[in-house]
Amino acid sequence: MTTQAPPKAVDGAIGFLDERFGTAGFLRGKMKKVFPDHWSFMLGEIALYSFIILLATGTFLTLWFKPSMSEVVYNGHYTKLVGVHMSEAYNSTLRISFDVRGGLLMRQIHHWAAVMFVASLTVHMLRVFFTGAYRKPREVNWLIGLGLFTLALLEGLFGYSLPDDLLSGTGLRITQGVMQSIPLVGTYLFYFAFGGDFPGHDFIPRLYTVHVLLIPGILLALVGAHFMILWHQGHTQFPGKNRAQKNVIGKPFYPVFMIKAGAFFMFTFAVIAFLGTFAQINPIWLFGPYTPDSITAGSQPDYYMGFLEGALRIMPNWETNLWGHTVSWNVLVPALVPLGLIMTGAALWPFIEQWATGDKRIHHIADRPRNAPFRTAVGMTAVTFYGLLWLAGGNDVIADKFHVSLYATTWFFRFAIFIGPVIAYNVTKRICLGLQKKDADIVHHGVESGVIMRLPNGEFIEVHEPASDEQKAVLTGKDPLPELAIEAEDENGIPSPSARGPLGKLRKNLNRAFTVDDVPADGHDEGHDDTSPHAEEELQPGGVEPGGTGGSRAISHH
Amino acid sequence: MSETNETHGASSEEERAPKRVIGTPPQVQGHDLLPSDGDGGESSGYKLDPVKARKAERAAAFFFFLTFLAGIAFIVFYAVWPGHVGNDDIVRAMHSNYALGTSLTVIFIGMAVGMTIWVRHLMTTKEIIQERHELASPAEDREVFNEYFLQGAEESGLTKRPLLRRSLLLASAPLGLLPILLLRDLGPLPEKKLRHTSWKKGTRLVVDGTGQPLKPSDFNSPGGIITVIPEGAEDNLDELAKATVLLINVPEDQLKVKKGRENWNVGGIIAYSKICTHVGCPAALYEQTTHHILCPCHQSTFDALDGAKVIFGPAARPLPQLPLGVDSEGYLIATSDFHEPVGPSFWERGRPKV
Repeated sequence: MTTQAPPKAVDGAIGFLDERFGTAGFLRGKMKKVFPDHWSFMLGEIALYSFIILLATGTFLTLWFKPSMSEVVYNGHYTKLVGVHMSEAYNSTLRISFDVRGGLLMRQIHHWAAVMFVASLTVHMLRVFFTGAYRKPREVNWLIGLGLFTLALLEGLFGYSLPDDLLSGTGLRITQGVMQSIPLVGTYLFYFAFGGDFPGHDFIPRLYTVHVLLIPGILLALVGAHFMILWHQGHTQFPGKNRAQKNVIGKPFYPVFMIKAGAFFMFTFAVIAFLGTFAQINPIWLFGPYTPDSITAGSQPDYYMGFLEGALRIMPNWETNLWGHTVSWNVLVPALVPLGLIMTGAALWPFIEQWATGDKRIHHIADRPRNAPFRTAVGMTAVTFYGLLWLAGGNDVIADKFHVSLYATTWFFRFAIFIGPVIAYNVTKRICLGLQKKDADIVHHGVESGVIMRLPNGEFIEVHEPASDEQKAVLTGKDPLPELAIEAEDENGIPSPSARGPLGKLRKNLNRAFTVDDVPADGHDEGHDDTSPHAEEELQPGGVEPGGTGGSRAISHH
Repeated sequence: MSETNETHGASSEEERAPKRVIGTPPQVQGHDLLPSDGDGGESSGYKLDPVKARKAERAAAFFFFLTFLAGIAFIVFYAVWPGHVGNDDIVRAMHSNYALGTSLTVIFIGMAVGMTIWVRHLMTTKEIIQERHELASPAEDREVFNEYFLQGAEESGLTKRPLLRRSLLLASAPLGLLPILLLRDLGPLPEKKLRHTSWKKGTRLVVDGTGQPLKPSDFNSPGGIITVIPEGAEDNLDELAKATVLLINVPEDQLKVKKGRENWNVGGIIAYSKICTHVGCPAALYEQTTHHILCPCHQSTFDALDGAKVIFGPAARPLPQLPLGVDSEGYLIATSDFHEPVGPSFWERGRPKV
């Protein structure tokens, strides 16, 4: 195949590289790589771009920031603090804000990018969870993602603790109090971390090294791994016409996806720059320097720490003293349990699902959340749990704005944290099943056309259009779960040996949870002429039928 | 959708019927999903409408030009206005922030919009279907790997020589401990440091911020509250983190004095540790009418009249009380250190003395 050569500059460069690294052969397969399109696939991209912005602005800030607790007297442009004793860390942050041109902008962009990073990671993870995109072969990338998320939380906490203003110092004090409460080793951890008493002189410099070197290094490595695995395995796609497990439909990386991604990076940067310009964030000069004996009312951490703060606030004041040792359940439980539950649950989930459903197949087609009601409901349970804790972190703000008693809000959340998730589970499941039934209805009877027809007997009916191929491909794109071998019972109803033990029973129950209310959308309509409207069915109210699963069975048993 | 519409028997009803799209709308509008053969020439791309394409090109160019202008504006703002430092307050920083930030935002928004127009209206690349490659290696690869692996293990002799293997394991065992050991000098051991503060018999209470010692007569307004620290600890943050005290003047007749604390208050003047027993925030809010002390971090509430006992919130213990007295010159002093550790709980703390 002879073609034109690209311009000399490109040809020369590729020639140079190719003779040394075999670049052309490597790039040949990559340039046309297809990325499927969906708005929700861009959420992870926002996180990636925010991370790049964080690295760039963070590097800028290190050029002036002095991570030191040495005491200095402020003598800068902010007259209200002139003459005040403060640490060099706080002093240099004030200097970045007021004396370095663009410094305040970079600081605010850095902070907003951090908020955006954690927020987009969260939403991206929810997208991956609810669409089942963590399933085989992507479990490892899911775990890497969880690692990224946990590190991002820590990195954020450490970052806003560095300027040593009153708010960040209060956050550190709480962190230290939690550390101190850890049984057996708590006081040792505290004294080693802080190099002595709180606040001491060592912690800020140490935190700085962790914040600008250690964690970003690990984050960078994990982001690299995450992206390389994504590239290697290919992206999932939603069900649709012509889309299959074995193919991927979309536009090629070069030139389309590349420029699209570039444009999206620019959009992300534009939004963050806009926020950094006009939405003031962390105005440390208003808080003053940290001293352990001062505090401002309404102290709130950055939003992503809010759920831990909420857990600390609503926990009852339990503490036990046994054999001369104190265990502070009031601190330990809120500090470890919510994060532990969510992260451990998320990490184990792909493997629990595989075990319970016996589904070891490769999945490249993402689930629509409604088609996995149990998973979606469990996900919403976790979201509600998190959301309520997060709200509880602002119980003083809620009490203040809505003029209710502070204690009443606390008591509300103490109960809501248990009741809310249960409600969320059931409501979500019902919604999913309702949507599934609606889908099945559309597949079988088509969509309402808005055309009213009068029958010879005087009766009015609405003509239903058969669903388009594209619609049908989406609606019937769900992949039924395979039968689990241990479900088998012999003719006397005796379960197989593997299902008898407690683990077997658990597995069977879980399997039931995954499959029990599934509404089949396809597979039963062969030979059923559903392109012509059926008068007797058209008269039924369209969409969701009340009365639980009975209706759905009726639809599916044609 | 004209060219993909089925034409057989399209009645007027069908044409009036709404076309619903479920899920993600198809990517390409008005085009086949697959590049069809023989759509004119060697190019696999779409044909653009020249008039529309020209318009799109101009629009993209407009946005790129906008980015260029904003870039120049950024440089000008940085260098010329408000370039010099010299104003006395932070107005300069604020203006600079708006000017630079607005330019930066426009730089990126222009770039983003221009690129989007380019990719959506000027690129002729079609959607393609690509086969996914099998992720797992062919069975043959696995077999060859297994063979090589066993062969290598055999050749290395590691499987046959247990002494070699075990001594190697033994040799590496201490290596894992060294990095942890090297961290020992991060800090001193806690010892009894958390049990004591710098308060001792005769330490004067001085006002936080001014360093003034106090006489009971200086602090005689009922319902008054003030933060005091031990004399000499003014600049020692480590000490302030433990020894800061709330001095409160409560009505003496309402005070429920605990057994053994009969002479800990001076008139109605009573002193509690300001460091919350939950996680160590300063419990700084005081409600005069109810005599409740509230920690603003997590809303632990303590009753100042009743030995600072917890009446709400996550704190498990009362704020420790500091025994007060008056020295020969009439100034308020501590008559001893706190009788229990202040601040958050810890493993070695043990049961509080009552």
